[in-house]
Amino acid sequence: MKPPPFSYHDPRTVSDAVALLGKLDNAKLLAGGQSMMPMLNMRFVQPDHIIDLNRVDGLSYIREANGAIEIGAIEIGAMTRQRDIEFSDVVRKRCPLMYEAIQHVGHRQTRNRGTIGGSLCHLDPSAELVTVAAAMDATVTVQGPNSMRQVEFAAFPVAFMTPAIELNELVTAVSFPIWPEGHGYGFVEFSRRHGDFAITSAAALLTEDASGKVTRASVTLGGVAVAPIRATEVEQVLIGQTPDDKLLREACEACRKYEAIDDIHAPASYRQHLATVMARRALEQARARLKSHSKH
Amino acid sequence: MTETRKVALTVNGKRYEAEAEVRLTLADFLRHTLGLTGTHLGCEHGVCGACTILFDGISARSCLMLAVQADGHDLTTVEGLAPSATELSPLQEAFRDNHGLQCGFCTPGILTTLTEFLRDNPDPTEHDVRIAISGNLCRCTGYQNIVAAALDAAKRLQAKAPA
Repeated sequence: MKPPPFSYHDPRTVSDAVALLGKLDNAKLLAGGQSMMPMLNMRFVQPDHIIDLNRVDGLSYIREANGAIEIGAIEIGAMTRQRDIEFSDVVRKRCPLMYEAIQHVGHRQTRNRGTIGGSLCHLDPSAELVTVAAAMDATVTVQGPNSMRQVEFAAFPVAFMTPAIELNELVTAVSFPIWPEGHGYGFVEFSRRHGDFAITSAAALLTEDASGKVTRASVTLGGVAVAPIRATEVEQVLIGQTPDDKLLREACEACRKYEAIDDIHAPASYRQHLATVMARRALEQARARLKSHSKH
Repeated sequence: MTETRKVALTVNGKRYEAEAEVRLTLADFLRHTLGLTGTHLGCEHGVCGACTILFDGISARSCLMLAVQADGHDLTTVEGLAPSATELSPLQEAFRDNHGLQCGFCTPGILTTLTEFLRDNPDPTEHDVRIAISGNLCRCTGYQNIVAAALDAAKRLQAKAPA
């Protein structure tokens, strides 16, 4: 239960960190350390080099891109602590789904250290921020030795806990497109105890028109498969319809057919059942919070 | 290959400077290098919360940090909560009076966690307290009295605070 020996590097700039990544073999990045440190303590990872990002300048911020009112984005620096997201007025106001979801991330002590970049790169199948990134169609900014590139979050997970970044690349920021004022949002999860990893979670976003018909929907399942599942079939059923109880119940049945993880925590069939229930509850929450027009 | 670095930091208001192996966790540094054994280690992988300290005033699990990361920072451990050698903090007094300790192993982490929590939430509900300590495991399962102590401490702190 002690980390194995390694060399320690604490660069001050992004370019120095990227240069170290390119130069050192078997190196691991250390962000907030709330997953990496347990893996080191248990020696699940045995890197020769640790590159600590905690003293790198300019990676911790939350800002509204362009200050646009109707359509804009919130950009969050990769080393922004979960705590700072939790207590951000901008996030609470413009990105309420993330505010809702982050209450479920670990515990106060781990949110105080854990970062958004670390969480997304660790890519635990049931991580709340991973589910939110999928739900909001986030874009990940990745810095390599020679250039910077953007990765759509749908293409970010390539395998179990494996993000689409090269060994010499570093995630520097994540951008979340904002939904319009008054949109409905919901986040629910099922776990054995508060703060545990969710067995299954669901995020939902809705907008409606003046007649109460759904104009846009996002339904995402976390913890079901190795990467978040966008339940596009459910989304499509909802568009143009009045989201009453019957419709939500019927639409969410589609969540039962996704291939699910089978492990010691729950069999696949249990996760598939939870997926239908969590999706419906998230949508019910989102519906109740729609503020643009009449409620149902 | 034993790589070490000099770590200079403040713990409970006192300056320390010591050489630390770079792979040494902050918890082991506090306990073995500085001799501050009030910080306890239960699980060493961030689940039990016994090793919680205040890092620049903010609660953190010291088993999930490296000693080198504390260089230049200001820490508070359970040893630093009492105002003097003969006096307990209102939170510690409330724990004593409400039988909030059984074996006492989890107590340092719970006291540091609640010190931060009550500072930020002076008037919590019972539910708030239970959420706040959800990252701290008590193997005696003495949660009832821990929660009662935390609520009592909130009252004591409010009574002490200037109106």
